[in-house]
Amino acid sequence: MINTGARGLRLGVRDETINMDLVRIQKQDFDINKEVELVKAASKSIGGVVAFLGTARDISKGEEIVKLDFEHYSGMAEKKLKEIRDAALKNFNIIEMGIVHRTGAIDIGENIVLIIAAAQHRNDAFMACEWAITELKRITPIWKRETTKKGAVWVEEHP
Amino acid sequence: MAIKVKFFAMLKTKTGKEEANLTVPDGISFDKLKDILKKEFPALAEFIDRKSVIISVNQEFADKNTVIKDGDEVALLPPFSGG
Repeated sequence: MINTGARGLRLGVRDETINMDLVRIQKQDFDINKEVELVKAASKSIGGVVAFLGTARDISKGEEIVKLDFEHYSGMAEKKLKEIRDAALKNFNIIEMGIVHRTGAIDIGENIVLIIAAAQHRNDAFMACEWAITELKRITPIWKRETTKKGAVWVEEHP
Repeated sequence: MAIKVKFFAMLKTKTGKEEANLTVPDGISFDKLKDILKKEFPALAEFIDRKSVIISVNQEFADKNTVIKDGDEVALLPPFSGG
């Protein structure tokens, strides 16, 4: 059976209904505490939670960045993130993993990506989280455009 | 047969379009598809040649063993920069 990571949880916030699947791509910002609670809800055996938060920095290769824009291949990008979660659950001794990546315009200092790994013990969570962000950068069709005072450029490689 | 080709990021800028519908010979190989794409979109030839572009078919990474079928969705994917 393919584990899609979809819990089907939907939390109403203000007038909007926000999709709270464990793995997703969305325009709006995410609430780190809510995301951690969503992952922790998987099991009471969780004793260590590691989160990686990627944020928009104001400098790239010595150039001042004014803003970022992210584009993704809708459908394929979500599929790759689900594959990363499935592989992490299979290959690391973790209990649950959540991955959220934002798309569209993102201002400096804002959140871009959040990966949460939860395990019985911290070491497994650290290893799975580190692997997942590296794998996300390697296989997920998401692209970043940096806008400097000189103009906007699609980033061709990531550090 | 007909295929859809999608472009992303700087490749979308280079072609000036998000997607294109192409008619290609039935049963073409992956390498032949690359030749057709280079001919149809000369601005992308250097990206395809220097292998900085990954090609996907129906949202899976493709290689020389990938079979192209009628109605397939082909995408040209420049180097990823998410995260």
